[in-house]
Amino acid sequence: MNRAVVVGACAAGLAAAETLRREGYDGTLTLIGDEPHPPYDRPPLSKQLLASDWEADRLVLRAADDIAALDLDLRLGTAATGLDLAGRVVRLADGSRVPYDGLIVATGVRARRLPGGGGHVLRTLSDALALRERLGPGRHLVVVGAGFLGAEAAAVAWRLGARVTLLEPAPVPLAHAVGEEVGRMLSRAHLDRGVELRTGVTVTEVGDRAVRLADGEVVEADEVLVAVGSLPNTEWLADSGLAVGDGVVCDAYLEAAEGVYAAGDVARWHNPLFGTAMRVEHRTNAAEQGMAAARNLLRPEGRKPFAPVPYFWSDQYDMKVQAYGFLRGHDEVAVVEGDLAERRFVAAYRTGARVTGALAVGMPPKVIRLWRRSIASRASWDEVAGHRVT
Amino acid sequence: MKVELEADKCVASGQCVVAAMEVFDQDDDGIAVLLAERPGAEHLDSVREAVAVCPAAAIRLVEK
Repeated sequence: MNRAVVVGACAAGLAAAETLRREGYDGTLTLIGDEPHPPYDRPPLSKQLLASDWEADRLVLRAADDIAALDLDLRLGTAATGLDLAGRVVRLADGSRVPYDGLIVATGVRARRLPGGGGHVLRTLSDALALRERLGPGRHLVVVGAGFLGAEAAAVAWRLGARVTLLEPAPVPLAHAVGEEVGRMLSRAHLDRGVELRTGVTVTEVGDRAVRLADGEVVEADEVLVAVGSLPNTEWLADSGLAVGDGVVCDAYLEAAEGVYAAGDVARWHNPLFGTAMRVEHRTNAAEQGMAAARNLLRPEGRKPFAPVPYFWSDQYDMKVQAYGFLRGHDEVAVVEGDLAERRFVAAYRTGARVTGALAVGMPPKVIRLWRRSIASRASWDEVAGHRVT
Repeated sequence: MKVELEADKCVASGQCVVAAMEVFDQDDDGIAVLLAERPGAEHLDSVREAVAVCPAAAIRLVEK
């Protein structure tokens, strides 16, 4: 391999590029990103950056000299627009064509919008800077979607003195992800602070200063934030021959086609640890998966399946929520340590006969790591049931 | 080698401890602490792994 191309210049793409170099690849290395910024970190966008605790320069993932040391052919501000699998060429928006021997697709996701197309979204640095300029004491922010992103933004806006209304279609926010009990507990954090949370309401149209609900009611706002999930950036791969279906479809080795791997938010792969296909939009997964894809691309003869325990965290008000594993589609949730009401607990998740996830709030790191180990070692639910307090 | 840790950037994920538990630990709040600022060469690979997986880009390896 003499020409490696990584499409996507954020956490996953950067990790892939760094890993290729670290593991001895010394050919041409092209890193393509549609945003104009050097690789930056996204989790702080809805936390420290939105709160103005940090400025944009703190989000830079690597110092300029660390990037320079990678000896990249760096194409920022240039979207990839097409892929010719047979000819092994990536086409770019500026008309150029980049040939490759090995390709890593890490084009991530973009924010979903709703009919009407108005309001803010929160995915990029520009999005976050635009929203924070409009937040402040007395402003009324309506957040559509009380998922993790919407909840984090609501918490920051509340801290900045804004009046906040959260609109959520589900009866209990996040119940599909973390279960009803934990979802209710997280909801209470909003209510305790006077943040208005309206559940069971569907937004049908979004303008810049108001949203319309399914029953015709119009909720007015100074600013609207749409936080209703994301869409994988795969349009540029249409007609390429790559399998695309809610992400780039890969095998357990992250390979999508010969010499083509995918990593990060855009990759849908079979995770052998859980025996299921998944696409994970977590910051830590982006880095781990970028590294794994790069290693498998570089050494196909020694390639390894990518079988991580996913991890995510969320900062809401004074709570840090941390979760390991694959919580979606769980069969049972049990509080196994601490107490929900005290906002200091571990909830364990069962899928089939195994413990497949754990979510903690306010617990010491050593406790959380033990649960990670149980999930990684495929511990049975019965083995851990002894710890159960409820 | 020398390891630098910006603790105020740390998000308490504990990924560095999973990658290199001889070099990193976490305090009671989960914030990463360095057990060895200049770990031996035998830890080079695991420290590099920790740098790469840190979700806050809070660890830097200054090679000497």
